[in-house]
Amino acid sequence: MNGMIAMAYLFSAVMFILSLGGLSSHETARRGNIYGMVGMAVAIIATISGVATGAYWMVAIAMVVGAVIGLSLARRVAMTQMPQMVALLHSFVGLAAVLIGWGGFLDPRITLHGAAHVVHSTEIYLGVFIGAITLTGSLVAFCKLQGLVSGKPLMLPARHWLNLIAILACIVLGILFVPADVHAGTVINLLLMTAIALLLGIHLVAAIGGADMPVVISMLNSYSGWAAAATGFMLGNDLLIVVGALVGSSGAILSYIMCRGMNRSFISVILGGFGSDGGEVSDEEVDGEVIAIDQQELAEELKAADSIIIVPGFGMAVAHAQQAVSDLTDRLRGMGKMVRFGIHPVAGRLPGHMNVLLAEANVPYDIVLEMDEINPDFPSTDLVLVIGANDTVNPDAVEKPGSPIAGMPVLEVWKAHRVVVLKRSMASGYAGVANPLFYKENARMLFGDAKDSLQGVLGRVSD
Amino acid sequence: MIIAIPRETAEGETRVAATPDSVKRLRDMGFSIAVEKGAGEKASFTDEAYAEAGAEIREDMQQCLAGAGVVLKVQAPSDAELALIPEGATLIAFLKPAQNAELLQKLSERNINALAIESVPRISRAQKMDALSSMANIAGYRAVIEAAHNFGRFFTGQITAAGKIPPAKVLVIGAGVAGLSAIGTAKSMGAIVRAFDTRAEVREQVESMGAEFLTVEIEEEGSGSGGYAKEMSKEFIEAEMALFREQAKDVDIVITTALIPGKPAPKLWLADMVDSMSKGSVVVDLAAEMGGNCDYTVPHEKIERSGVTIIGYTNLPSRAAAQSSRLYSTNLAHLIGELTPEKDGTINLNFDDEVIRGATVVKSGEITWPPPAPKISAQPKAASKAAEQVKVITEEKAEKRRSPLSIFIFWAVAAVLLLWLGRVAPPDFVSHFTVFVLAVFVGWQVIWNVTHALHTPLMSVTNAISGIVIVGALVQLGVTGSGLVTLLAFIGVLVASINIFGGFFVTYRMLKMFRR
Repeated sequence: MNGMIAMAYLFSAVMFILSLGGLSSHETARRGNIYGMVGMAVAIIATISGVATGAYWMVAIAMVVGAVIGLSLARRVAMTQMPQMVALLHSFVGLAAVLIGWGGFLDPRITLHGAAHVVHSTEIYLGVFIGAITLTGSLVAFCKLQGLVSGKPLMLPARHWLNLIAILACIVLGILFVPADVHAGTVINLLLMTAIALLLGIHLVAAIGGADMPVVISMLNSYSGWAAAATGFMLGNDLLIVVGALVGSSGAILSYIMCRGMNRSFISVILGGFGSDGGEVSDEEVDGEVIAIDQQELAEELKAADSIIIVPGFGMAVAHAQQAVSDLTDRLRGMGKMVRFGIHPVAGRLPGHMNVLLAEANVPYDIVLEMDEINPDFPSTDLVLVIGANDTVNPDAVEKPGSPIAGMPVLEVWKAHRVVVLKRSMASGYAGVANPLFYKENARMLFGDAKDSLQGVLGRVSD
Repeated sequence: MIIAIPRETAEGETRVAATPDSVKRLRDMGFSIAVEKGAGEKASFTDEAYAEAGAEIREDMQQCLAGAGVVLKVQAPSDAELALIPEGATLIAFLKPAQNAELLQKLSERNINALAIESVPRISRAQKMDALSSMANIAGYRAVIEAAHNFGRFFTGQITAAGKIPPAKVLVIGAGVAGLSAIGTAKSMGAIVRAFDTRAEVREQVESMGAEFLTVEIEEEGSGSGGYAKEMSKEFIEAEMALFREQAKDVDIVITTALIPGKPAPKLWLADMVDSMSKGSVVVDLAAEMGGNCDYTVPHEKIERSGVTIIGYTNLPSRAAAQSSRLYSTNLAHLIGELTPEKDGTINLNFDDEVIRGATVVKSGEITWPPPAPKISAQPKAASKAAEQVKVITEEKAEKRRSPLSIFIFWAVAAVLLLWLGRVAPPDFVSHFTVFVLAVFVGWQVIWNVTHALHTPLMSVTNAISGIVIVGALVQLGVTGSGLVTLLAFIGVLVASINIFGGFFVTYRMLKMFRR
């Protein structure tokens, strides 16, 4: 029986790897998702059939309730809210890891001694620690993304010291906890550590600003994986270990890609508070004049242009303008123009967020290109439409070595013949850096809500 | 405040200082607009269109100007017109302050504020008010049209059944706004275009328009202030003339646009050059008003000398009245916008504003022309500093590259740690750890292959499969004999199920949306 279960787990593990591998292209992605579902079903059935539990009804109730909640969440969520959804799901993994860790600790059947006991306790401790940070960190991220709390970084005095003290306290408690046998003292040690880790999770994420959320979410994604892996070690379950490792490295890679997209080190993002690392923030006046145009003029520009690149940013998601963008794209493509999209890796609040929004609005994915693919094409482009993006199109990153965002890879929109920026106001972006793009000679601004503007432009283009 | 748009009375002037579109803009800034009957007629704007845009149509100039706070015109007013402008009003037009000291005197005596639109400083901020450039653009276009009209051949080359048509060769002298516009127009008509300018910096612009840039062999930079050329040395001019003599025998069309501010136009296309041109050639002299670049030019006239047509029309923009009026009125609307920062329908001659200061020639009875020299815009000053910093950055990068020694140390430490772990840990742990490390590597390889576009589905599907912790909760549920553990495991199964079902379903939803 055990051998069969192990084989079933192996099958599940392979399915999960294929599932992630399927995401390497749009064509295979849906199949990949189905692989994942099959793997999960096999794993659950094998586990239930393998445990001689007398509590099938409890399993059924818990799973049905969970399924109803999960499905209704997934059905209702708008694509603009995907970051929140992902953050919330992370927190559930964290919660489950904490609960299972505690369950393993309190399990009266387990009697281990010597090295085995030390290893087991370490695994419990680590599982609960990572799980707790993931739980509260994800919840704070959820609240920030949902707008329940302010997106601004929380700057407690001596916040780095607070983090350090919390981690040191957890290490000390761990040293006390791990070798000791189960008695009242160790329970308190584990409880204390859980509380500290929960607070640490809150504080870590609260210190990070709204636009660093892509990194935070992928980091929490990674943590949720490591928490699952730690749980796997505790239970001696290879399937959990494999899945945890897959998810953990997936999140780590995403964090790395996001950090590279912002030209910031992972550490500086985690430590929070942009600009605190002493970058030279120049107050230089930008030379030049902002030239505002109206919807009619933009419509004329669009009609005159043959090749158009649209660069969306978080502002598009805020304004819910993706459908208007898509309609305009259809219209322009219908007029025989080449319309493409350029997506910066950190646009939006979640890796790949813009792609999902555009897909939701029925923009074909083969005209949605990555930064590296589209950057060489800007000089030969007639018109670039920047919708709610700011720092990701800032020429200072390339042209001014002293700028706080110097070296960050950006979409070089200013090389096109004409750039029109849709923006609500002249406010600077997340990095707090003035954007000389707006003052470039070939740049025009169209102020107002992106959705309204685009709908107006669409009407005028159609005339 | 009322903005008055009188009809232009100067001979040959067909433009108008406001269009129905610009009337709307001006009204948005809080002004009321009075347009003289028939003001836009010659530029194809009807009185009805103005009325529809919200302007009041007034019968004659006297009524139009009565009570006006601002008067927008194209040409400088005649004495009769001047007498009708109310005292204290502000006049904006092409006033030619350098040549028109008398007019400025009269304006100041009558206490009329005056802004000369051609005196708007040529800085990047003021481009939207640069009527000289707008008009020059049209003049350049129109110059080619006039040339083509008077030229007996095609511009473009063709090979037809009836024989070969050679392409026309066009030489443009002076690659300012008008020159570049002429280059673009001639090029788009299929001609072979060459251009000459004393300013080496315009070479790129000329070549980007598809023309060949001619140079002389003498090193001398001809840039003066404000984007104009300055006068050149004798040697340079001799070399230039030699070049032109050579070109004269070859080209069919010559368009001259050379102007030096405040001075008569330089004579560049001399009589002998015209004489050596082939019959039927055309010279268009855009500098005719300032005396002309060509020896034979007669301002305002089209003449013929040695079989070559020489066009000295002085008001080419007026020959494209509708287009010129549109651009000019937009320039004026932008200028009024600068003068009316509050959009409250009253203008404010704020002398702290470089653009307004530059354009104003009479204020409160005082002649304020010429303005102080403009600040030179955007010079490449920080180049060396930038280079230094680039150097620093490359050095840093070099340091970041790891030395082979540190790689070796890393693996050595890793090996020691692994061996130590294998020694102290139970065999079960060692096998799990093996699985773990291998899975991390598999994950690393697999995830790098995921396209950027699918990162959000990747996150939601990893959410779903991290729901696999349900297995951990399942094995604890109801079998440990401890009520507390069962409760914890129950909640664990529940939240993990949310993840599994929610994660897979939302991934499914997302992937369904991606279509080609």
